[in-house]
Amino acid sequence: MIERKKLSTRYIFYVILLLITVVTLLPFAWMFSASLKPEMEVFSIPIKWIPDNPLWKNYSLIWRKIPLGLFTFNSAKLTVLITIIQLLTSSFAAYGFSKCRFKARDILFVCYIITIAIPWQVYMLPQYIIMQKFRLIDTHVALILMQSFTAFGVFLLKQFYQSIPDELMEAARIDGLSEYGIYARIVLPLSKPAMATLTIFSFVTVWNDFMGPMIYLNSTSLKTIQLGIRMFISLYSAEYNLIMAASLVALIPVFIMYVGFQKFFVQGVATSGLKV
Amino acid sequence: MNTTQHHDRKRMSLERHNTLVGISFILPNFIGFACFTLIPVIFSFILSFASWDGFNAMKIIGFANFSGIFSDRVFKAALSHTFTYSVFTVFFSMLMALLLAVLLNRKVIGTNFFRSAVFFPYVASIVAVGAVWNAMFMKDAGPINAFLRLAGIANPPGWFASVAWAMPAIIIVSVWKNMGYFMLIYLAALQNIPQSLYEAASIDGANAWNKFWKITMPMLTPSHFFVFMMLTINSFKVFDLIFVLTGGGPGIATKVLANYIYDQSFTAWNFGKASAASMILFLIVGTITVIQFRAEKKFNDFL
Repeated sequence: MIERKKLSTRYIFYVILLLITVVTLLPFAWMFSASLKPEMEVFSIPIKWIPDNPLWKNYSLIWRKIPLGLFTFNSAKLTVLITIIQLLTSSFAAYGFSKCRFKARDILFVCYIITIAIPWQVYMLPQYIIMQKFRLIDTHVALILMQSFTAFGVFLLKQFYQSIPDELMEAARIDGLSEYGIYARIVLPLSKPAMATLTIFSFVTVWNDFMGPMIYLNSTSLKTIQLGIRMFISLYSAEYNLIMAASLVALIPVFIMYVGFQKFFVQGVATSGLKV
Repeated sequence: MNTTQHHDRKRMSLERHNTLVGISFILPNFIGFACFTLIPVIFSFILSFASWDGFNAMKIIGFANFSGIFSDRVFKAALSHTFTYSVFTVFFSMLMALLLAVLLNRKVIGTNFFRSAVFFPYVASIVAVGAVWNAMFMKDAGPINAFLRLAGIANPPGWFASVAWAMPAIIIVSVWKNMGYFMLIYLAALQNIPQSLYEAASIDGANAWNKFWKITMPMLTPSHFFVFMMLTINSFKVFDLIFVLTGGGPGIATKVLANYIYDQSFTAWNFGKASAASMILFLIVGTITVIQFRAEKKFNDFL
């Protein structure tokens, strides 16, 4: 009797879980299904989840309608550059904050901590004005400069570096290694998981970023993939099949990263508890 | 005497050396950070007391921007929309995140798949997400309303096209996008609750319901608090989600604080008003953050 009751609650839990998951994934399924339909059939009722003749050519069509290839390249370029600069400078700074002892250290770190809690909208305008003074509006440099030096990256890596025992550094110092040597030969190799976490968060943030490019970029040749989809939507507002195909294409790189490095996503959430 | 002086000098130079090395590590990041985050923050504070359009000379006008925005109908509407959005988003996101975490905390087949599936919307691009939800929520042709009509609702809501239903629709999308992230936080906390507590309760004859309310919920208090604060902070600065879903419309029905700041900055070129509004946003988020820091310290003492 008890056994059966246990089994039935377990069954109910499973059904609820399955239901929520299916509903969560439904928009993506609809997106994929719509992307393979002719324009007229996208909203046909009842919903045909599997189209009779999947139009794979929708996926080749979108590259010719707008310069999607160029947009993808721009996004990839920004993502790679920003991620590299962020990894280099953040890990360097995190070492300074966690392993070097000097007077100004804590005051400088407080500056980072304070701004981590400040929404971007608060300083979005002054940032724009500064970029304007540097004549960087409508350049990729503006986006690189504003996204490469985040407090988040420094904070995340510092948390991790603090878990590396100081005795290790002391031993290396006695052996005559300089601080730079310790950073390069001991801390950096040890911090691979933390660097991987930051890489993934940075990749996803930059690839998905929409407001930054929207505010700073005007020239079509500079636009990123997210702006590209918005452009697509405004140009071909009725062609939902193509809009869905383009949106799906924009999701793929993040999806691949996500499937491949899920462990680091979970780790990142657990260690930082911070939203990017 | 001589040796102490010598030592002092040696220590001084060592200290200076350490400072130089330390600063050299921090500087590459700090220069960028200072130019594009720290200085803009300070600049924003100054601008909120100034009148400026970016071209003519800047004038310091005291609190006029603040009294200006508080007599602005759009600002007041945006502020109230931000509160409405936050209250519902925080409540339903917490509820869903907790429910999912509890469901996933037991060993079921495919745990990993469920967890990944629910978390994926969080990393999906907001533009793509906006495009698909705009289609899903379409008034006449959209699949959601098609489903509702099938379920017997003759006049389903107009969602993004309706003043009354645009905000609820946004909240649904927002909960959908965020619940997976907070589920992970709850899940980590649930896995830290010692199993012995549940075993002891079982011996005392407690049922699952009792165990949930008497053990799980109290043990999750720090997580509830953390999730609540994070969600509240994030809700107050909501921006691009609304931008891609409704653009603040219809009319100003879903305009929030961040939209207002954006409009004043890049459409109206009213830098003073934009900065005053951003100071209000800063004040709200800042207060919540300070409360969080204080309370977290207390929780840590408690544990």
